[in-house]
Amino acid sequence: MTVFRKLVLTLIMGGLALAMLFPVAVTFTNSFMTEAEINYNYHLIGQMVDVTAGEKDQFINLKLIPDWVSFSQYMEVLFDKPVFLQMFWNSVFMVVPIIVGQVLVASLAAYAFAKLRFWGRDKLFVIYLITMLMPFQVTLVPNYIIADKLGLMNTTSSIILPGIFSAFGVFMLRQFMLHIPNSYIEAAKIDGAGHLRVFYQIIVPLIHPGIAALVVLLFVDYWNMVEQPLIFLEDAFKQPLSLYLSQINEGARGVAFAASVLYMTPMVLLFLYAESYFVEGIQLSGIKG
Amino acid sequence: MTNKRYWHKLIRLLRKDWAVAAFFLALSLIGFALFYLIPFAMGFLYSFQDRTVDGSFVGLDNYMALQASASFRKAASNTFLFTSISVPIIIALSLLFAHLLNQKLFARNWLQTAFVLPLVVPVASIVMIWQIFFDWNGTLNALLQSLHVERIDWMKSDWSMGVLIIVYIWKNIGYSIILFLAGLQNIPKDYYETADIEGAGKLHKWIHITLVYLTPTMFFVILISIINSFKVFRETYLIAGGYPHDRIYMLQHYMNNMFLSLDVQKLTAAAVLMVGCILVFVTGMLAIERRFRNFME
Repeated sequence: MTVFRKLVLTLIMGGLALAMLFPVAVTFTNSFMTEAEINYNYHLIGQMVDVTAGEKDQFINLKLIPDWVSFSQYMEVLFDKPVFLQMFWNSVFMVVPIIVGQVLVASLAAYAFAKLRFWGRDKLFVIYLITMLMPFQVTLVPNYIIADKLGLMNTTSSIILPGIFSAFGVFMLRQFMLHIPNSYIEAAKIDGAGHLRVFYQIIVPLIHPGIAALVVLLFVDYWNMVEQPLIFLEDAFKQPLSLYLSQINEGARGVAFAASVLYMTPMVLLFLYAESYFVEGIQLSGIKG
Repeated sequence: MTNKRYWHKLIRLLRKDWAVAAFFLALSLIGFALFYLIPFAMGFLYSFQDRTVDGSFVGLDNYMALQASASFRKAASNTFLFTSISVPIIIALSLLFAHLLNQKLFARNWLQTAFVLPLVVPVASIVMIWQIFFDWNGTLNALLQSLHVERIDWMKSDWSMGVLIIVYIWKNIGYSIILFLAGLQNIPKDYYETADIEGAGKLHKWIHITLVYLTPTMFFVILISIINSFKVFRETYLIAGGYPHDRIYMLQHYMNNMFLSLDVQKLTAAAVLMVGCILVFVTGMLAIERRFRNFME
C-alpha cells in the first residue's frame, strides 16, 4: 500500500517535473533541426493570416523530434557567425571579473560584519541590505552620471565595477561566517594570530561552501543580466549573449535554438555539478542569522 | 575631567576592533559608496529639483507631475496587479510542491532538480519556445481551435499579463520550493509522533504543527517574492521588448523609458517612491514577524 502511494505520488510529481523541463527539452531537440525544417515549422510566428481574403487558417507546428538530426545550426553559430562567439566571450569577460572581485571584496567585508565589533556596524549592514532589495532602475540616473564622470561609459567596467561591490556577497558570506563559533577565533588569538591571519587560516577554509554557493548564485545572476548592458553599453559588439539572443530570435530564427542551447549549457552544467551548493546558498541567504 | 573620560572612551572604541574593521571594510565601503550609496543620495536630491545641473529646489513638483502622468499610473497599477496575482499563486504552488517533494518518492532528488532547474535557465534562451506557445498562430491557439474555442491574441491583449505570470512562475518557483523544503525539514519529527499518539487528524496536524512552524519561512518567502516581483523587467523585456502591450508595461519599463527620454525628474521621483514603498512594506513585514515570534514564545 505504501509502495503504491509512493508510486502514485512519484508519477504525479514526475508529470509536473516533465512539464517544468518541457521548454528546455524542446529547445534542446529543436537545436538539431536543419534551418529549413525550422523555417518550415515556425515561419508563421508573428504572421497574421487573412482568413477573410480566403487564406487558409494555419498554425505553427511545434515539433519535438527533428526529421533528421543535424548539427548544421551549431556549425553555423560556431563557425559562420563570429558575432556569437564574440558575445559569448563578452559574457565570460564580464561575469568572471565580477565573481572573482566580489568574492574577494565581500569576504573581507563580511568578516568585519560577522566577527568584529565596531560602532555603527548593524546600521551600516542594514544599509547594505536595503540596496539589495532595490530594482536596478532605482539608481539609474546617478549611476549613469557616476559612470560618465569616471569615464566608464560604454565600457564593460561600467558593469563590472558595480557588480563587484554589490551587497549580495557581503550579506551571504556574513551568514556563513556567523555559523563559525567565536571560540575558534579566540583560540587563534590567544595563540598570537592577528585578524588577517585568523581570516585566511581559519575563516576562509571554513566558508568554502559559502564561497562556492556565492560563485554559483552570482554566475546565474550575471550570466543572465539584461538591464545593465542595455543601458551602459551602446556598441552592439560589446554586449553580452543575453541581449544578442533576444535579437537573434527575431532575425535569425534558423539558428536561435542552437544559440540558446550553447548559451544555457554552462549554467546547466554548473548547476548539475554544484546543485547542493546552490540550494544551500539559497537556504542560508534565506534564514536570518 | 570630561575630556579625560572622552579619551578613555575613544581609546576603548579604538581597541574594539575599529582599526581592524576599517581595514577589512575599506575596499567594500569605497566601492559600495561610489556605486550604490552616493547614487542613492543623488537620486533622492534630484527628485526634488528641476534640473540635474544647478537645479533649484522645487519641492514636490516632480511628484505631482509623476502623479499626473498617465503612463506612470498605468505602470504602477500593472506592477501592483502583477504582484498581487503572481505572489499568492507562487506561494500556494511552491508550498504544495514542497509538501509533495517532502514525501517518500522514487528518484526524489531528480524530481527536485527538475523543479529548481528553471532558476538557472536564462530567460533569453527559452524565448523562442514561449513565442511558439503563445503566438497568434501558436500551439496554445491550435489547441483552443481543436476544442472549438475562439483563438486569443495572447501577447497583444490583456492576456499578456497571464502569459507573463506563467513565465515568471515557471522561472522562479524553484526558489520558494527550496526555502519551503528547508522549512519543512526543520520541523522536528517527534512533534508529529506525539500528535499521532494523541490521535490528532491529518488536517489538525497540518494546521497546528506544519503551518505554525512554517510561518517564519512563510514570512520570508512572501517578503522575497513580493520584492522579486518588482524586478520582473527582465522576463518582460525578453519576451515582449521595451514597449510591450499596455497590460504588461511595468514600473521598470517606465523608468527605463524615462531614462531614454532623459526625463530625469520623473525617473528619480518614481525611484524614490518605489524605494519608499519597499521600505514601508519591509518594515511592516518585519514588525508583524516580530509580533508573531513574541507570540510563539
